[in-house]
Amino acid sequence: MSAFGSDKKRVLLQGNEAIVEGAIAAGCRFFAGYPITPASEISERMSRRLPQLDGTFIQMEDEIAGMGAVIGASLAGVKSMTATSGPGFSLMQENLGFACMAEVPCVVVNVMRGGPSTGLPTNPSQGDVMQARWGTHGDHPVIVLAVSTVLDCFQITVEAFNMSEKYRVPVVILSDEIVAHTREVVTLPSVGEFEAYNRVSPKMPPEWYIPYADNSMGVPPMAAFGEGYHHHVTGLMHDVRGFPTQRPDEIEALVGRLFRKITQGFHEIQKVETFMMDDAEVAVIAYGSVSRSARRAVLDARRQGLKAGLLKLITLFPFPRHSVEEALQKCRVALVPEMNMGQISREVKRVNQTVSIVKKYNRVDGQLITPQEIYQQLIKI
Amino acid sequence: MEKKDDRYEICFCGSGGQGIITAAVILAEAAGVYDMKFVCQTQSYGPESRGGACKSEVVISAGEIDYPKILQPDILLAMNQSCCDLYFLNLKPKGLLVVDATMVTQIPTPRAVAVPFTKIARNEIGKEVAANIVALGAVVQLCQIVSVGNLEKALLARAPKGTADVNLQALHAGMEAAKQYDLNTLPHVVMEEEE
Repeated sequence: MSAFGSDKKRVLLQGNEAIVEGAIAAGCRFFAGYPITPASEISERMSRRLPQLDGTFIQMEDEIAGMGAVIGASLAGVKSMTATSGPGFSLMQENLGFACMAEVPCVVVNVMRGGPSTGLPTNPSQGDVMQARWGTHGDHPVIVLAVSTVLDCFQITVEAFNMSEKYRVPVVILSDEIVAHTREVVTLPSVGEFEAYNRVSPKMPPEWYIPYADNSMGVPPMAAFGEGYHHHVTGLMHDVRGFPTQRPDEIEALVGRLFRKITQGFHEIQKVETFMMDDAEVAVIAYGSVSRSARRAVLDARRQGLKAGLLKLITLFPFPRHSVEEALQKCRVALVPEMNMGQISREVKRVNQTVSIVKKYNRVDGQLITPQEIYQQLIKI
Repeated sequence: MEKKDDRYEICFCGSGGQGIITAAVILAEAAGVYDMKFVCQTQSYGPESRGGACKSEVVISAGEIDYPKILQPDILLAMNQSCCDLYFLNLKPKGLLVVDATMVTQIPTPRAVAVPFTKIARNEIGKEVAANIVALGAVVQLCQIVSVGNLEKALLARAPKGTADVNLQALHAGMEAAKQYDLNTLPHVVMEEEE
């Protein structure tokens, strides 16, 4: 295989494979992880692709170590990623919190399968949505993006790296078994057709560098280990120089900045797609593979004269409340189909504030919600 | 607004190890990469890599595909009895059942094409593992959804080194076997409506 994107070819790729190509296109050159169904193809392809590009692939002893290696590589200045499924994602939570606290850019892919515990390895689920937001302890900012098509897997992975570099925050990509294993033909964009953002590195001499100094973005420049900028990295609450602190004024400033950088970037981070929403009276709010079923259900409903539309969420957290509020104000009912007992539907209800009626539709038997099921729910409305 | 829906849906099913997914991937590649159509290929399988129930689905369309799995297959290829029993009820009323007659002895509908794919692979090709490619040849001969040239290209692109000839031979053996069947002589529906 030639270097990325030199020849614009139509290729048949799985969602998992497209995530790898997206990561590589975004500049990812380090992958550490531990294979797990249904995410193994990401490790597999990374193990072939990265050595071709002078990158590093390492299979660690478990997911805790995988996440640790990813943080280390990122601190050394290399764009890094890991991929796993529910059980491994649970193990990663501790180090994911470290990445939030120390502001280490990285991308974590969670290909969701049925849970809890080892659950249902070969079947899809969307049960890890709230875990992606709140899995690691403490108040922390994190960005969570959902993919639903093979092309998404490429494009959203590029986005994920860009966001993580720009805001110095871990970005979680939520995929599911259906998206991961669906093969579709895509024409991958070539280098130059998309923006690959790199973290800002310090321009001042090393002795002037204050690693966690605030600025207008709330995102301090990041020096790579080995460049001569000595700094301390810790999971403890730290002052602007990176050393542990218990001073309330310093703690508040740090936590405040961690959240502020995401709040300030909210409009850029919030990503949704709309389909037939212009004159919609009933909205389906969906994400991941379910949004594909929803799109078809919307078309079926339209054929029956019901003005339905689809709001497909790409950004799940920070919750894209402006787009959701707009849909809720426009539509008399919003239906939220999910392969869990109702995780995003709670978020929709939270922002709804009785403006509209929010209905949920859930399936937790390891099967993808079908267009017919969503259609049946829509015509009942 | 999207174009008229022209989804063509093919379901391959059998036991893990029979090459069900490989056959589906080759078809998807032929239709998507070489025939320039939209395709979605999905699969479902159990934790075991051999012996368990295995199903792979291919949706082919001239327009963008929303729902990636099949709604109702136009063609169902069943490589063993249990999958045949399990999935044939989902066939479109005017769909077509194709079975490996080596493995499937009780055929649930007269609107079926029964070819002993495994036996052909064993006796004519000399490799039983090529049964999936024999079946793929028959399926494409019957549905004409991709051109033979493009199917061959996709097959050769996926075939391991040194197996090109065997694979092409298997593909054509399947096509020849399917040519014996005239679909017009079969009943027009899978299940007669009960009075």
